[in-house]
Amino acid sequence: MLRLERRPSPSVFWERASPFLAVALTMVAGGVMFWLLGKNPFEAIRTIFWDPLFDPQFASYSRPQLLVKAAPLILIAIGLSLGFRAGIWNIGAEGQYIMGAIFGAAAGLAVYPVESRLIFPVMIVAGALGGFVWAMIPALLKTVFRTNEILVSLLLVYVAQNILAMMALGTLRNPEGNGFPGSRNLSQIPAMANPELIAGTGMHWGVVAAFMAVIAGYVLLQRHILGFQIKLAGQAPKAARFAGVSPARLVVLCLGISGVLAGLAGVFEVTGPAGQISIDFNVGYGFTAIIVAFLGRLNPVGILFAGLLMALTYIGGELAQLMLGLPSAAIQAFQGMLLFFLLATDLLTNFRIRLAKREAA
Amino acid sequence: MLGGIDPALLVAALLVNSVPILLAATGELVVEKAGVLNLGVEGMMIMGAICGFVTAVATGNPYLGFLGGALGAMALSAVFGVLTQVLQTNQVATGLALTLFGLGLSSLIGQSYVGIKPPETLDLPLGPLADVPFLGVAVFSHDWMVYGSVLIVAAVWWVLKFSRTGLILRAVGESHDAAHALGYKVTRIRLLAVLFGGALAGLGGAYVSLVRVPQWTDGITAGAGWIALAIVVFASWKPWRVLAGAYLFGGISVLQLNLQAAGSAIPVEYLSMAPYLITILVLVIMSSGKGRAALAAPACLGQSFHASR
Amino acid sequence: MLTPPVRAGRAKGAVALEVVGLSVASPIPFGTALKDVNFVVRQGEVLGIAGVAGNGQDELLLALSGELRSDAGAVKIAGVSVGDKGPNERRKAGLVAAPEERLGHAAAPDMTLVENALLSGAVRQGLVRRGFIDRAAAEGFAAGIGKDFDVRTPGTHVAARALSGGNLQKFVVGRELSQTPTIIVINQPTWGVDAAAAAAIRQAILDRASGGAAVVVISQDLDELLEIADDFAALNGGRLTPTRPVQGLTVDEIGLMMGGTHGLEAAHG
Repeated sequence: MLRLERRPSPSVFWERASPFLAVALTMVAGGVMFWLLGKNPFEAIRTIFWDPLFDPQFASYSRPQLLVKAAPLILIAIGLSLGFRAGIWNIGAEGQYIMGAIFGAAAGLAVYPVESRLIFPVMIVAGALGGFVWAMIPALLKTVFRTNEILVSLLLVYVAQNILAMMALGTLRNPEGNGFPGSRNLSQIPAMANPELIAGTGMHWGVVAAFMAVIAGYVLLQRHILGFQIKLAGQAPKAARFAGVSPARLVVLCLGISGVLAGLAGVFEVTGPAGQISIDFNVGYGFTAIIVAFLGRLNPVGILFAGLLMALTYIGGELAQLMLGLPSAAIQAFQGMLLFFLLATDLLTNFRIRLAKREAA
Repeated sequence: MLGGIDPALLVAALLVNSVPILLAATGELVVEKAGVLNLGVEGMMIMGAICGFVTAVATGNPYLGFLGGALGAMALSAVFGVLTQVLQTNQVATGLALTLFGLGLSSLIGQSYVGIKPPETLDLPLGPLADVPFLGVAVFSHDWMVYGSVLIVAAVWWVLKFSRTGLILRAVGESHDAAHALGYKVTRIRLLAVLFGGALAGLGGAYVSLVRVPQWTDGITAGAGWIALAIVVFASWKPWRVLAGAYLFGGISVLQLNLQAAGSAIPVEYLSMAPYLITILVLVIMSSGKGRAALAAPACLGQSFHASR
Repeated sequence: MLTPPVRAGRAKGAVALEVVGLSVASPIPFGTALKDVNFVVRQGEVLGIAGVAGNGQDELLLALSGELRSDAGAVKIAGVSVGDKGPNERRKAGLVAAPEERLGHAAAPDMTLVENALLSGAVRQGLVRRGFIDRAAAEGFAAGIGKDFDVRTPGTHVAARALSGGNLQKFVVGRELSQTPTIIVINQPTWGVDAAAAAAIRQAILDRASGGAAVVVISQDLDELLEIADDFAALNGGRLTPTRPVQGLTVDEIGLMMGGTHGLEAAHG
């Protein structure tokens, strides 16, 4: 009979080790899933985790993709992790990401075809603003009316998707695009493009922003009083009020920061890797970032590595689709499974598993 | 009126459209009454949708399809139950994981089922009732789930309000420590509630893929699970209000679909975002003011319970 | 046992804390609203507030600490209205508070003692500069509390919940008393604490009063109140009786006050 016993202090070892254990367990369970799909599990795992980095044939293409795919995930996850730590659940980052892309693209396209070096920075600010505005809706509804931010932020994703469709098919549609949906290709317009900064690395401005966010997040949580207040509010809300932390201020701050970062991720994506506003330019980074935030243990440095790992599963998943015919949905299920194992192994941080005889004292 | 839409057909469509969210919301109501917040309704619904679809196609029997849908979603809810109740994981995060995993897994299972038609679920023969003017078309010519869902709401209401089981369930949700002290098995009761919620969400999901659409596409539930969660808040955790809420939202989505089909001057995107916007609006109204919905919430909602002994 | 230990040579100073017509709804479910509470505490004076649990003690602490806001003029520190100000502004003005519930309210269970020292000590001890935490200063403050108040712990980096009840209480009370406050508000200072620790805590409170601090002790332990308080009042259904000097108070009178006989002063003319 197994029994759980609460540890007097959280285990530092398991706090670090549990994500690795979770990844290992996910590989095993994922292998079983791939086997059930009629694939060789070892080959599938190798194709997903090894080949994108080390296969001589694919690595040159895949390695830069790692940063390209990790940047938006890290950027969004850093923002989400602050709120998650404070017990403020913004799960609508996908919507804020879409709105950031729309605001940014619209700001640039509004002055087309003017060429100026100022346009790109203005688009970035507009993108941040777009994400911020979208995140402020649940924030203000929460602080003024006590409306549940989980449901509001999530429902706003569906609204944002409809606005995106409206933009791609109407307002922002390329007038010279022969009636095809989608905006002008921003990455082809020098004043609006977010190019690869160092050839062959995948490094673009979004990657720079992601690294800056990691550093800023680390400093905030380790050294700044606001980071302390965020942790305090999440762990002991009553103690936070005793410490003079205003819950409303924290809601606005956490949602605001995560909105800005998601908006930035959106505008960097749409001016770079995605290239244009199209009806489905977003590929669910806003949702996957939730997994990244937890995989990184809501810790900025952890999120950096988690983002890279999750980017690897995207790239490896594409590769596995190409080489083994593994369906793309398998990767989505694989990522979801990872989150389950993470949450489950988290138990080891706070509890000890004891073998106990029945009726033992 | 309404661009020539027949009101009897409108009511009929409303009833059919509301079934999935009505079932899912009723299940979630029971789960939340037991003090558990399962945000994975969307994931369980879509698992119900695909499992139901696969079972129905494989057996050629739509009724077995509903059973399969309920079982599939229950399996997923069991994962949630074990994680949150036994392994003490955070309920919000686990619920989200359930949705993300359910969306992925359903799309994985469903890829060879795209474009197939499921066996038809027949209308319940109500004899002469179906010939009653207006009501015959609007109310008395539906499949058994339309009536079954209402019966389920009635049963849940009766059990929660009048039975000993309901009393224990509510006690666990209001104060797990007190319930534990009285000797009730808090974890076991909550696990059972979670499984019940999963089964109903699965039935609702199966209804989407077997009757309402009826076919399989990725992401077929399109946020219905989230709306179901909102309806529980809207209903202040009261079964009959869940019914009212589900019919209200069913009505709104039927109306916007009809307006789209009728070629209304309002752009399609505005119409399709309307149900979500109205849901938000209703949430705001319910959570503010004197009759604050939060006051009606079970006191232990979302808190994990670990008996030290 | 009704005669408190004599503390000689302590003249009462100016009014430090004044509560005027404090009425406020309870933020706690099934809590007790405060109704027209009035009292005055002078420098160097200990006011003991008695009452059976659930008669507004928690609400009074919240209203004094600043976690529960009221009309501006209802709470005055050295004559300045602070009723609408939050905890940190009141700390700046010299008021510190120690709530009853150690784990979860006075201290965050999973945080280290250093972080818990920072929790309420940041303002008066200058542990935060331009938004950034002065780690060394916070560690020094936590270590100082541990030393001065004899907190038995393997170090300042253990989680608060790892401490025994008595040790954590010494830490929490010590944290507030170490901030050179002018006003101290404590709810249940020795609740669930062993006798030695309780005696140490009471002595520390009296020492601060001798140093000129105004003290409000809310407690359900009558013996404790009569031992350390100069003045006595009782909470009943959210109302506070008029304040009476402890010296000369009889058991009957205390019983009437706690029972909520508000006409007591009339009977005594």
